[in-house]
Amino acid sequence: MKEFIVPPIRNGTVIDHIPPGKSVRVLEVLGIPRPGSTSIVSLAMNVETGRGAGRKDIVKIEDRELEREELDRIALIAPGATINIIRNYDVARKHTVDLPDTIEGVVQCQNPDCVTLSEPVASRFQVTSRDPLVIRCDYCRHVLSQEAVA
Amino acid sequence: MTLLDRDVIAVSDLSDDEIQALLRLAREFAGPEGRPTPRNELADRIVACLFFEPSTRTRLSFESAAHRLGARVIGFSSPAATSFAKGETLSDTIRTVSHYADLIVLRHPKDGSARLAAELSEVPVVNAGDGSHSHPTQSLVDFFTIGDERGTTTNNNVVLLGDLRFGRTTHSLATLLSRFGNKVTCVSPPGLEMPEGVIEECARHGRRPDQTNDLVGALADADVLYVTRIQKERFADPAEYLKYAGSYRIDDDILRHAEADLTILHPLPRVGEIDHAVDRRPGAAWFRQARNGVPVRMALLTSILKETPQILTEATR
Ligand SMILES: [Zn+2]
Repeated sequence: MKEFIVPPIRNGTVIDHIPPGKSVRVLEVLGIPRPGSTSIVSLAMNVETGRGAGRKDIVKIEDRELEREELDRIALIAPGATINIIRNYDVARKHTVDLPDTIEGVVQCQNPDCVTLSEPVASRFQVTSRDPLVIRCDYCRHVLSQEAVA
Repeated sequence: MTLLDRDVIAVSDLSDDEIQALLRLAREFAGPEGRPTPRNELADRIVACLFFEPSTRTRLSFESAAHRLGARVIGFSSPAATSFAKGETLSDTIRTVSHYADLIVLRHPKDGSARLAAELSEVPVVNAGDGSHSHPTQSLVDFFTIGDERGTTTNNNVVLLGDLRFGRTTHSLATLLSRFGNKVTCVSPPGLEMPEGVIEECARHGRRPDQTNDLVGALADADVLYVTRIQKERFADPAEYLKYAGSYRIDDDILRHAEADLTILHPLPRVGEIDHAVDRRPGAAWFRQARNGVPVRMALLTSILKETPQILTEATR
């Protein structure tokens, strides 16, 4: 019998293959839990992948199907993550996260003199390279690499 | 393309054609004596000069350019006397002032502030320096001066000397020079080299700039020497600063290694990088460079605010 570290959900969203330890950051970026929401959110860290290929985090959000654009926001933190939309215990849809061309409000610019740090404006970056990941601040043109954003 | 109603945040916003048109218009405005005569192209317009940090030369040349075109100027020269000092954000200031003027000239200490202002403003924004990011009109003035002094904006050998790491004007100038087919040689003290990103940018547009710390060697076949200030505050050890500052001092002695007609530029203020005796050389162009700040900014303001500048149609007829 299969042992569940996180129990299966009836309806909702499962985010799998998150790099170990990054699940809290994933929830933060997705704005979960939403204020006032009573949806159950379960989170497992450092789960063995089962193929001897190391560990991963898993997040399960009950009774909420996240939109694709919302999910793509986590591409910076969890580039290899997969998304399962669950309906009545079955996987209704499955996809891997796509890195959008423009990333808004997910990471802060790391240039201490960037205007976005002192003004009421969301950060905005353009993806200039996908592999290796390089993004550039739309305002000050400062460049961030994968290590700096994850 | 036209510059009408456009923001000018960085030199990279401008196409080669637009830059050439701007330089032509600036040349017309400058006149044979380099001294613009009063005009009325912008007689019905208001230009706001918002200077969140003092920069006397830049502000005065923008204001002079606006006045020469008949525009009225509003604004401030330091944030101390404004609501900004009371904690108002740049965003709120821009949203407000964009209803008071037809164009905003912005100087602000934060990197990227001009881009943000352009997104929030109802009227065009011209960047007059945003932190260490960009100062496009200074680069245009420098480029115009090189063209004026050498008779061409292409095929010049230009040596950039000094703090090329933090000196933002040298970054966009190097790119501009490469775009127009000039050879750029970068000479700087160790630790203050031109950033690799800028070198790559130049290489994408034209020749890859040479980098050296052999000033004498670089001067041998130079047409133009562009000197920048080495800022004391960049050095932890004052002795280190003195060592570098001394090694890059331009005087008649070192200029023996250069052609007699070498054009020498400096964005000013200079603090000892150029010996005052050098002022007597015919190629000492820094005051003409400062003077050119007015016609170049006149050209920019007119192109943004006026459909077809009358002067250009006259010149091309
Ligand atoms: Zn930035």
